[in-house]
Amino acid sequence: MIGLGEILKYEFVQRALLAGVLTAAVSSVLGVFLVLRRLSLIGDGLAHITFGSVAVVLLIGFSPLYVTVAALPLVMLSSLAILQLTRYKRIHGDAAIGIISSVGIAIGIILASFSGGYNVDLLSYLFGNILTVTQTELLLSFIVFIVVIGTVIFFYDDLFAVTFDEELAKSMGIKTKRINIILLLLTAVAAVLAMKVTGIMLVSALLIIPPLTALQLSFSFKTTIILSAVISIFSVINGIIFSFILNLPAGGTIVIFNVAFLLIIFGAKKILHLQR
Amino acid sequence: MSVNLISTENLTFCFNGVDALSNISFAVKKGDYVGIVGPNGSGKSTLIKNILGILQPQKGSISLFGQPLSSFRQWNKIGYLPQKLNALNTNFPGNVEEIVQLGLRNKNAQNLEQVLNLMGIKHLSSRLIGELSYGEQQRAMLAHALVSRPELLVFDEPTTALDPETRDIFYSLTEELNRAHGTTIVLITHDIGSIGKYARNLLYLDKKVIFAGTFEDFCTSPDMTGLFGPMSQHIICHQHDALESNP
Repeated sequence: MIGLGEILKYEFVQRALLAGVLTAAVSSVLGVFLVLRRLSLIGDGLAHITFGSVAVVLLIGFSPLYVTVAALPLVMLSSLAILQLTRYKRIHGDAAIGIISSVGIAIGIILASFSGGYNVDLLSYLFGNILTVTQTELLLSFIVFIVVIGTVIFFYDDLFAVTFDEELAKSMGIKTKRINIILLLLTAVAAVLAMKVTGIMLVSALLIIPPLTALQLSFSFKTTIILSAVISIFSVINGIIFSFILNLPAGGTIVIFNVAFLLIIFGAKKILHLQR
Repeated sequence: MSVNLISTENLTFCFNGVDALSNISFAVKKGDYVGIVGPNGSGKSTLIKNILGILQPQKGSISLFGQPLSSFRQWNKIGYLPQKLNALNTNFPGNVEEIVQLGLRNKNAQNLEQVLNLMGIKHLSSRLIGELSYGEQQRAMLAHALVSRPELLVFDEPTTALDPETRDIFYSLTEELNRAHGTTIVLITHDIGSIGKYARNLLYLDKKVIFAGTFEDFCTSPDMTGLFGPMSQHIICHQHDALESNP
């Protein structure tokens, strides 16, 4: 069996690990705010939109090397459309996500049927392949990491207040509308980034599972965020290495590691509770 | 001249085309203790939410500390305790210390310790908010309302679900804040039997202003006698207390 030292010598593995760690950190931090605001499914919705956006970008003729960058504005616009739809009194958040994500998938399927030429490229985004991360995508991951973590630190107090209670936050003069837009735009960016790591089908796993695991162990809001990031990074590193050793798809392996951590924590809590 | 900390002019708020508040004009002066009362659905909470910028009125104007609401920025001068604590997410991972300082950009450790001691929850500071009893959560949220040492405190039905002893402690605290520290208090309540003991002014709402004035005026107003009946007015005004003490 191939050793860890040998695996780490490969440049593409180094790129994959770096991009994976950055993406895991970004998704898991944003995921805490989304899960607590019951917006978990927004990751799924935005991932579906990413599918449509990638189809548009590939049809226009962008090189697969720049698909991630090119799809970003379309996904960000769609996230704002979700927010706009929720302002209509009779459309709830989950329904708005449903509408926009269906449109994303529908566009993807229709455009895929136009040409068989890029079907293979498009389908590769559905399942992701972090081992094919390019230098450009790694650079994008790094920029996104700086922007997202920087924004979360700068708006931390406002994000925390809005997550606890939006009305209470408003009564303190916090611009809740602005905070909601920021959170959605950052999530859109994270979803596009995560597409390469887990594939469109599993993007929401990176946003939902690490925060859920961290919530089982938390004793403060700040520790929940830190724990979520640590668990996610650990799962991504293990997922990439084991997928390489066992010749498995990286996206699926990463998600299985995340779920395994969640189950271990659930089990440990149950045993400790029974012992008391 | 006393400053109006809150003032509304012809405030009208509609919900689904129906007036929830109609032409509300009233003012709260610095140092006042105002009770806002009225039946369910009379618009008490809606009025407060309009004043604090949570809801946008269709008509009328609102001023806070003499400034139009749109240009008001000194939100740390206002402490607010909302009504719907029972909707608090019990899985929320914030601890008491974090919740008390919620939304504050300038955190002050001394202020934090003082309010935690004042509310008797210092020993709970590292506990998660969702793990506390309703009364403890209420005290944590009250500590949050007080932590920035606000000049104006707005409470929306704060005594609902509190036991009588805790309710009395709460009212005594508001009275002390008002009398000793000059903090202006606006308190929405259904506890009409108690509010008159503490509030100097009363605003009776039923989608419009039914009565706005001093508690003494309320008790001697023939209009209010006509509206409530002599017995209810008698109970609200605690004239039965006087009868009990001077039989």
